Amino acid sequence: MANADERPEDPRRSQRLDGRTAIITGAARGQGRSHAIRLAELGANLVLVDVCADLPLIPYRQPERSQLDDTARAAREAGAEVRTVVADVRDAAAMSDAAMLAVGELGGIDIVIANAGVIQLKAATEIRPEDWAAVIDINLTGTWNTIAPTIAPMIDQGRGGTIIITSSAAGLKGPPNMAHYAASKSGVIGMMRSLSTELGPHSIRVNCVAPTTVDTEMVHWPEAYALFRPDLESPGRDDVTDIFASLNVLPVPWIQPADVTEAVAFLASDRSRYITGTVLPVDAGTLVK
Amino acid sequence: MSADEGSSERPLAGRIAVVTGAARGQGRSHAVRLAADGAAVIAIDLCAAPATTEYDGSTRADLDETVAMVESLGAGCVGLSVDVRNLSLLSGAIEQGLGTIGDERARHVDIMVANAGIAGGAPIELMAAEAWQEMIDINLTGVWNSVKAVIPSMLANPRLPANGGSGTASVVLISSANGGLKAPPNLTHYAAAKHGVVGMMRSLANELGARGIRVNTVHPTAVDTRLIHNDFTYRLFRPDLESPGREDVVELFRSFHSLPIPWIDSSDVSEAVAFLASDASRYITGITMTVDAGLSAR
Repeated sequence: MANADERPEDPRRSQRLDGRTAIITGAARGQGRSHAIRLAELGANLVLVDVCADLPLIPYRQPERSQLDDTARAAREAGAEVRTVVADVRDAAAMSDAAMLAVGELGGIDIVIANAGVIQLKAATEIRPEDWAAVIDINLTGTWNTIAPTIAPMIDQGRGGTIIITSSAAGLKGPPNMAHYAASKSGVIGMMRSLSTELGPHSIRVNCVAPTTVDTEMVHWPEAYALFRPDLESPGRDDVTDIFASLNVLPVPWIQPADVTEAVAFLASDRSRYITGTVLPVDAGTLVK
Repeated sequence: MSADEGSSERPLAGRIAVVTGAARGQGRSHAVRLAADGAAVIAIDLCAAPATTEYDGSTRADLDETVAMVESLGAGCVGLSVDVRNLSLLSGAIEQGLGTIGDERARHVDIMVANAGIAGGAPIELMAAEAWQEMIDINLTGVWNSVKAVIPSMLANPRLPANGGSGTASVVLISSANGGLKAPPNLTHYAAAKHGVVGMMRSLANELGARGIRVNTVHPTAVDTRLIHNDFTYRLFRPDLESPGREDVVELFRSFHSLPIPWIDSSDVSEAVAFLASDASRYITGITMTVDAGLSAR
């Protein structure tokens, strides 16, 4: 037992990420930006990736280059060494370059946060082959493109690692009007499980977070409001809060990016050193409802 | 006593946690971990051996040591010896605990960690009905009793929105990866109890969410405690050896996991408990959180 004169040992495992390097996709705004700034505060160095351009078929604005730069500036102010990459996660060669940038300039890869993703809200009868392909290519194949080139370097480094994929409550439940999105978000869970068993022997952990609706640009666009409130002529944010709240058990319509970041930071750190192969919902209870 | 509001260094300052099975092992680890985050702790344990278990029971001295460890971190603590199978005694103990720690303004339970549980195993043709019954009584009914006993205090907690606050209260039920998500042979009683805890959690999450109480389960794989490290378990896993020891089961336990480890440490479970207890998980309810080195995904 501790002597009264000495401070007892702190039983807490550190949340710090000093000296580690993370690759984060979709980092220009929203959840990705929140993850980036938090990881920088915790001591990580960052490769930040975003497409920084509007995308055909995706019904809401994508971020601009200046927003990726804003994320990078905030991360540097928090003390991080940062590289930015403007790339579409569908471009496997560009994603390989992003991984090599981390290896070549930031000392390796310890954390991969495959966060970039898009949504369309369409009835199944309206989803055209090109819609299906866009959502699957970005959300599922883009996640693969993000992770695949990091695996060999992480194995070679021999110091383990942690891969965190942004799935969705829609990957575990079946909300209507997003068959392609739900398929992509279920798909990354299958990918995660397979990678967790395959990479576990190398002490590389692989997990998903599964958020409910998050208060970002991905949710707040006019056609989305119209789909949820066909009874109103030009519905706004306030017109959909009750509907979104009804999807959750906890009395909130949506959660904040920072709430997902808490789960991501936990999974990124040694606090979760023996957690792998799991889906961590941050979902206000929508999955249990 | 620290300030009512938490800080980044002590995010649970001003809060009260109840931990069952707190005399040793995981429960002690959770009590100490939450105390390091600033929570005062009501530590509950049977401090005796149940009738059907095949390993040593905890003792009052064990519980006293947990109390000393919590207090050494500057947190208030009271250790109470009570059986989770006895609802009225348990309710009385929690009331007594609340009267002993914290200041008068803050005498409400914020965090309940229902951790008390036993382990055992036998093929169904050899499992005694008494072993089944005691397992269900402690690992399932004991968990329900533990929640039931703190709910009056939790519902009156001024931190909840219904009482003018803006926080949540957190119930963390300790299930199991092997018993609560998977179900290997010879664990019928344990798997039934630990699966049952998940159903209880889901119903409670739906029932209490609107009132600001979050309810989740934690699913550890084998943890390096007396629950697995005893001669009975060693013989169960290595019937081929006459007197198997710890080293004789390492490879077997490792084979259950994706990560190259045979078991995890109590502190690994405590990190998940601390996450679910804190505001970092303010919008997490109804989930089954695994700490299982990949066991359940295999």
